[in-house]
Amino acid sequence: MELGFRNIHAFVSGILPDGLEWIAFSISGIFLALVVINALVGVAALYTWFERRVLGRFQSRLGPNRWGPFGLLQPLADIIKLITKEDISPNSADRIVSTLAPIALLVPAFLVFAIIPFGTNSFLGDLNVGVLFIMGVTGMNTFGIFMGGWGSRNKYAMLGAMRGVAMLVSYEVPMALALAGAVLLAGSLSLSGIVASQTLPFLIVQPLGFLVFIIAASAEMSRAPFDMIEAESELTGGYHTEFSGIKFAIFQLAEFMAPLVTAAILTVVFLGGSRGPDLIPGQVWFILKALAATFLLLWIRATWPRLRVDQIMGFAWKGLFPLALLNIFLIAAEIQFFQSGGIEPIGVSTLLIMSGINWLVTGIAIYILANVLGQPSLQPKKPVPSPLANMYAEAE
Amino acid sequence: MPIRTEPVTINLGPQHPSTHGVFRLRVTFDGEEVIDLEPVFGYLHRGTEKLAEERTYTQIVTLTDRLDYESAMSNNLGYVTALEKLGGIEVPERAMYLRVISVELQRIASHLVFTGFFLQELGTFVTMLMYCFRERERILDLFEMLCGARITVSYMRPGGLTQDAPSDFWPALNDFLEDMPGYIDELEELITRNEIVLSRTRDVGVLDPEVAIDASISGPILRASGVQWDLRKADPYEIYSEMDFEIPIGATGDCFDRYIVRLQEMRESVKIIKQCVDKIPDGTVKTDGAFFMRPPEGDAYGCVEAPRGELGFYIVSDGGISPYRCKIRSPSFINTTMLRDMIVGGKMSDLIVIFGSLAVNMGEVDR
Amino acid sequence: MYGTGIIRGLRITLKNLLLPSRMFTLHQYPDRKVGILWLAQNADINPLKYVLANPGKSIRAIIGLETVEDRQPKHPRFRGEEFTWYEQRCTGCASCAKYCPLGIIRIVTEPSGNAMPEGEKYGIEVFDIDIGRCMFCGLCVEACPYDALHLGSGFEEGTYKREELVIDIDRLRKSRKKPSTWFRPQLEEKSYDPGIGRDVDWTEAGRHESPSSDDQAAKWAKR
Ligand code: SF4
Ligand code: SF4
Repeated sequence: MELGFRNIHAFVSGILPDGLEWIAFSISGIFLALVVINALVGVAALYTWFERRVLGRFQSRLGPNRWGPFGLLQPLADIIKLITKEDISPNSADRIVSTLAPIALLVPAFLVFAIIPFGTNSFLGDLNVGVLFIMGVTGMNTFGIFMGGWGSRNKYAMLGAMRGVAMLVSYEVPMALALAGAVLLAGSLSLSGIVASQTLPFLIVQPLGFLVFIIAASAEMSRAPFDMIEAESELTGGYHTEFSGIKFAIFQLAEFMAPLVTAAILTVVFLGGSRGPDLIPGQVWFILKALAATFLLLWIRATWPRLRVDQIMGFAWKGLFPLALLNIFLIAAEIQFFQSGGIEPIGVSTLLIMSGINWLVTGIAIYILANVLGQPSLQPKKPVPSPLANMYAEAE
Repeated sequence: MPIRTEPVTINLGPQHPSTHGVFRLRVTFDGEEVIDLEPVFGYLHRGTEKLAEERTYTQIVTLTDRLDYESAMSNNLGYVTALEKLGGIEVPERAMYLRVISVELQRIASHLVFTGFFLQELGTFVTMLMYCFRERERILDLFEMLCGARITVSYMRPGGLTQDAPSDFWPALNDFLEDMPGYIDELEELITRNEIVLSRTRDVGVLDPEVAIDASISGPILRASGVQWDLRKADPYEIYSEMDFEIPIGATGDCFDRYIVRLQEMRESVKIIKQCVDKIPDGTVKTDGAFFMRPPEGDAYGCVEAPRGELGFYIVSDGGISPYRCKIRSPSFINTTMLRDMIVGGKMSDLIVIFGSLAVNMGEVDR
Repeated sequence: MYGTGIIRGLRITLKNLLLPSRMFTLHQYPDRKVGILWLAQNADINPLKYVLANPGKSIRAIIGLETVEDRQPKHPRFRGEEFTWYEQRCTGCASCAKYCPLGIIRIVTEPSGNAMPEGEKYGIEVFDIDIGRCMFCGLCVEACPYDALHLGSGFEEGTYKREELVIDIDRLRKSRKKPSTWFRPQLEEKSYDPGIGRDVDWTEAGRHESPSSDDQAAKWAKR
């Protein structure tokens, strides 16, 4: 028996008398939520280990390796340490807001996982407006960050929170537009519909959408090169400067959930979700693809420096926004052209033609945009010795 | 309705991830923009100059190690240069070559530390820092061979060095010289053409050559502004006059130029060390009697081109076993004088980058 | 083109991830991971036989849990903690105490015997070095005219109390005589390495077997 909402619901309502449908509904809901949330926390803890190990390797060091084989128990140690720490908050802090902030940041991350199809049949709920739900829920973490910054009455935290609001709101737009391209192509707002329609992964069909999405998403979760919300070298810790103990642990958990959420969405929308050769089950395909996506994010984090505030905002509106619009326009025009009037799904050969066009347009668009945005001042200049102090003259 | 806004004053430091030690900046922000700034130092004051008055001349060498703890060799050299001027001591030639080798190695090490921390401040999560420290580790190993210590070397003595290099030093040095250009190439490929680095550092914190000279700024920061001034060429000490090397300069005097000048200086240092290894003569490295020296009454100023700029020691002797006064002209302290003019008007992120590009070392600022 | 620089940066970091030669830390100090081959080589038998002989250890080695202690090699000149001091060579002249910039060496001497003949050295009652404040500059070693005091080669001498860091004369007498070759060319000539070498006897540690008064007279006259 597969562990799904329907099965549990059927089982519980079977043993309950009639008319108590709502109890069965709640019991099965709470039970599933418990399972999923705990599993997610476990996965996130494991992911922290993965991230730190891989990042360590990138930086030619070892990463956590003391407790357990390969340091696998390190997350546990971290959790124990953080939980047993004293929870300090500043005297003048807004207690309620600062207590709610970590929760407000963590809950959206969990909510997204409610509708992610891990396999053909393994998902908690299949919303027919899944993409809208994702957009709405991920937009929520702006509140969490701002509450953390505002509630802790710290100037660094406040600066970080202000930056965060500005950035998260701007990057929501290109992210939504990039998802819209996928929705157009799939003809469905539900995530399983999108997966089902990916006879060819959308990464190949609409590279522009993928690019815009991955950039916007890494800004949404404030990872390098857009990690200015908690820019350590500038703001010490950003919005979570003043948090300690369990609250800080929750912030960290939310932070480490973010790449998982992004990788999951990326996998579903652009990498074909659980689709793959039947050698291994779809769920494993999903995990592999998600791992590859997190590795890409890690790689970027390990390599690139951070952009400045104004550059980040400028990049969202001047760079990503036009690209996302172009992507939508392109996809819409192609659908209009190739799928003239019919409702039957587009065949693989047509998709291949489309991807050919799209890759070409992507290359041209990026080239043009790079040349427009690339300031000439970034070109190397030839140094001219200043005549003010010529040591060769003086040495004579 | 106009929005009522207020400037915010933040104490950046003394405990802050990117103040290189304990340095405090009172910054007033208008949103993200810096409108006023006041550096406050003295948190690392150890009274080196006063302590020097209580120590014998040789013992002071150990104090200079702790001035700029990233370039102890250069500090040693600056001090003994001044002392040798004061005492009129002739240094054996082999000692001079070994001194130049170790000082140039120290310059590479110090610039590597700079590069790592500069990129750290730009926001690469530790990666460049680890790469640079990995390379620097080999230099520290070489120092361990030379003098048994890695950071606080105390290698130089008035009139020479503590001891000659061991026999296994030379092959290790040659290995290192072989590898180092490759390391620099890798760093260059990783950083120099990186558009994010460029857009963060180009035209940020520009220092005009006139201003730089007026503020008596020295070292790579001066050279980044386009002023070709290097004590190794302008007033050659040791055996620099026999060496063939270039003085790299920058085009605009912004943060990027400060980085690129340092990177090119590393290449030049490798070149200098190679020449030294080829030319080094045999002989002794010590002068008899200089260990317990008592210079004649008088004063002397000796200066060297340390990785951070002109490091000068002004020593006044009253004929006793310890100096009457020992004044240290530390490059880091003087290079911070233009901080306010460079930063005001920039963004907060620029503040960190500009301050990082000065490569200030707090041990030297507060002395 | 604008934008290629950051892509090239990605290549460099990947190279650093994959190439073992670019690895900075290869093992967790001081435990180095060892595989079956190393274990077999160490036990000097065929790897296959080794696996059959101790399967438990082999499994641990395969999943990467088998470690050996591997301290970083230090150069013989390394100025380590713990001084090496030879009572037989020391005359109690206290040059070392005088030349320490921090004044952390304390020496109390007493004439040995009541009717001390001319030239006889002093008996030493107290010889304390407070290595908790020592910076291992080695000036004391440099100042010692009789090569009685040498820097040690040890490190990792952490203690729980500051007082335990004061090395007194008993500890100096008893401690292992593994001097660093720093400022001791006579040891370097024998290519002595304290990391692997044996203890050095007091007769070998100096430039001469024992300080002769003629040597010293000449040395002091020169100054
Ligand atoms: S090594 Fe230096 S600080 Fe330590 S006891 Fe000797 S002279 Fe003093
Ligand atoms: S300088 Fe040497 S001989 Fe003199 S007291 Fe010190 S250890 Fe003994």
